[in-house]
Amino acid sequence: MSLSELLRMLVYVVGVMAFVGLNAAYLVLAERKGAGRFQRRPGPTEVGYAGWLQPVADGVKLLCKQLIVPPGADAALFRLAPLLVMIPAMMSLAVIPFSETLVGRNINVGLVFVFAFGAINVMAVMLSGWASRNKYAIISAARVVSQDVAYEIPMLLVVITMLMATGTMNLHEIVQQQAGWFWHWNLFRLDLNPLMPVTFIIFFTCMLAETNRAPFDMAEAESELVAGAFTEYAGMGFGVFFMAEYANIVVGCAMTTLLFLGGWQSPFGVGSGVIWFLLKMYAVVFTVIWVRWTFPRTQFYNLLNLSWKILIPLSLFTLILTAVMMKVLRA
Amino acid sequence: MSAPEVIPASDKPCETFVLNVGPQHPATHGVLRLKLTMDGEYIMRAEPVCGYIHRMHEKMGENRTWAQFLPNTGRIDYLAAMAYNHAYVAAVERAAKIAVPPRAEYIRVITTELNRISSHLVWFGAFLLDLGGFTPLLYAFDDREQILDMLEAVTGSRLTYCYYRFGGVCNDVDADFIRGCRDFVARLRPRLKMYRTLVTDNIILRKRLEGIGFISQEMCRKYGATGPVIRGSGVAYDVRKIEPYSVYREFDFDIPTFPEGDCMARYLVRMEEMAQSLRIIEQAVDKLPDGPVLSSGVPRVLKPPAGDYCFAVEAARGRFLVRIVSDNKEIPYRVRLRTPCFSNLSLFEEATAGMMLPDALAVLGSLDLVIPDIDR
Repeated sequence: MSLSELLRMLVYVVGVMAFVGLNAAYLVLAERKGAGRFQRRPGPTEVGYAGWLQPVADGVKLLCKQLIVPPGADAALFRLAPLLVMIPAMMSLAVIPFSETLVGRNINVGLVFVFAFGAINVMAVMLSGWASRNKYAIISAARVVSQDVAYEIPMLLVVITMLMATGTMNLHEIVQQQAGWFWHWNLFRLDLNPLMPVTFIIFFTCMLAETNRAPFDMAEAESELVAGAFTEYAGMGFGVFFMAEYANIVVGCAMTTLLFLGGWQSPFGVGSGVIWFLLKMYAVVFTVIWVRWTFPRTQFYNLLNLSWKILIPLSLFTLILTAVMMKVLRA
Repeated sequence: MSAPEVIPASDKPCETFVLNVGPQHPATHGVLRLKLTMDGEYIMRAEPVCGYIHRMHEKMGENRTWAQFLPNTGRIDYLAAMAYNHAYVAAVERAAKIAVPPRAEYIRVITTELNRISSHLVWFGAFLLDLGGFTPLLYAFDDREQILDMLEAVTGSRLTYCYYRFGGVCNDVDADFIRGCRDFVARLRPRLKMYRTLVTDNIILRKRLEGIGFISQEMCRKYGATGPVIRGSGVAYDVRKIEPYSVYREFDFDIPTFPEGDCMARYLVRMEEMAQSLRIIEQAVDKLPDGPVLSSGVPRVLKPPAGDYCFAVEAARGRFLVRIVSDNKEIPYRVRLRTPCFSNLSLFEEATAGMMLPDALAVLGSLDLVIPDIDR
């Protein structure tokens, strides 16, 4: 390995970690500001100019707090869980292409890589619930497992559909196929599959459920389970879970952008670049925040009904439809 | 997707555990404790444990003069203090045979109805908070703020009012208050429409509330449930209509009832009641007579003739009854308070058997409990 290669790797490791950290910190602020606007109040304004230093203050506060391991809890797993929830999100970002050239590692199985790491998230939340030795946490952990299993299936079915339509698992190539005007984005490519917008909505819904965001925030349904799986976590242990939630949102929204919204491609055919990727991604992030502050929480069995009775049959149907279209129309 | 039916719990309760919800828990809105015997996420038995905020209001009534007990009444159901003031004051007036000037009666009705709306607005926000929707709370509190400001101007307090006196009310209302009432009616009507389109018609909310927490008419009678709970089960029981007191007979208003008996019915009853209270306020402001607001013949030291007197009002959460026993002394012999939340809570165990935890907390929210009202 040459020195330049080593340097490049170092820069990307630091870059990805900084990106995740900054996003987690400032998305919390963005969410609080956004929620404030939805609720006709200004949100945090005190720390720094217009509240811009609020994440720093929150971080310092969490860092100063004692990390408490409750008596009877499995100390090792209890400490491991926050790491397990944060690492996959960072790993995923290593293969996500921000632009034509800005990518940590351009690997051929990028698509599988991201979803494989995404699945670890479930295990981390389950571990935290199990290790806490708290009844609320256990209920929450059980919910998270059944919810994430239920939503992983339609999500992966959608991913297979996209895989068949694009013919590659390389995220870079998937985006390159969507070059041109915005009707070349996968979302609008009805020649691949006339139900593409439906596929997009399935993917977006599953993404909300996978990241445990409202209206599917069963894991930390605060009015039922206090703080769910994170009830016993104090200080930065809790802080890491909190940051991981936003890191996962960023990954989920980045994947939505790459698969359906044309990644870094400009909607007008010219001027493609990283700015478009970020614009689209944050627009999706904004939608996620918007949904959270608009809808109440669903019930657990309605949530599972939605997945098993609607999303899975629908995503299977789009999968078969895509296959038939490929055979009939393109053969 | 069909409406969620009652999902049967497993018929082999192999291993259960006890989950303590409360005394400090976000969903109980106070120091109520629910001892839930759970089989997984299914509730086998829900046992409410109350008494954490018991303040012996009834015993305090036996240790102070008739007038000194008045501030206590505002601290039982702190969200609907006016109606509680009204019940106690009216009971003493009945005992001591004190006449109330008509202007005072109208002011009592206006302030009680304003207080009812503000209480329902708090419930609306808190209930949706229980269901995981945070935003409506701030909209509801925005509306409620108008009421609190108006009532503060005439009563001097924002929450635990002590505005009524034996024989009337302590301050007359001014033109600002009347104007404020009219403005508020004009403001809240379109807001209620907005809540309907934004919140009530939301599919997630409907799915969460429809068919959940069925309470039959028999159950209401068995446990003595009143207020929006019994009206949500289809019984048009409202003290304002059944035993009209004060000047309620002179107003044209409906008693909203919904026969479904589920959480949605109780939700709709309260939303509709706000609209009906607006109607009452509108009429009362138009008809408000001139004259004194406090009867002049009330003695400084009140000694009601010996006897046993009752007075019931329709508070925001149901029938509130004050029973006083006088032995012709300066202090009451006995003060008995029949509070609606205690009865409404008592049906919780039967209503939630076999239910899942989030549904049970939705039922708890739909009962609209104020914990100091349970414990007194």
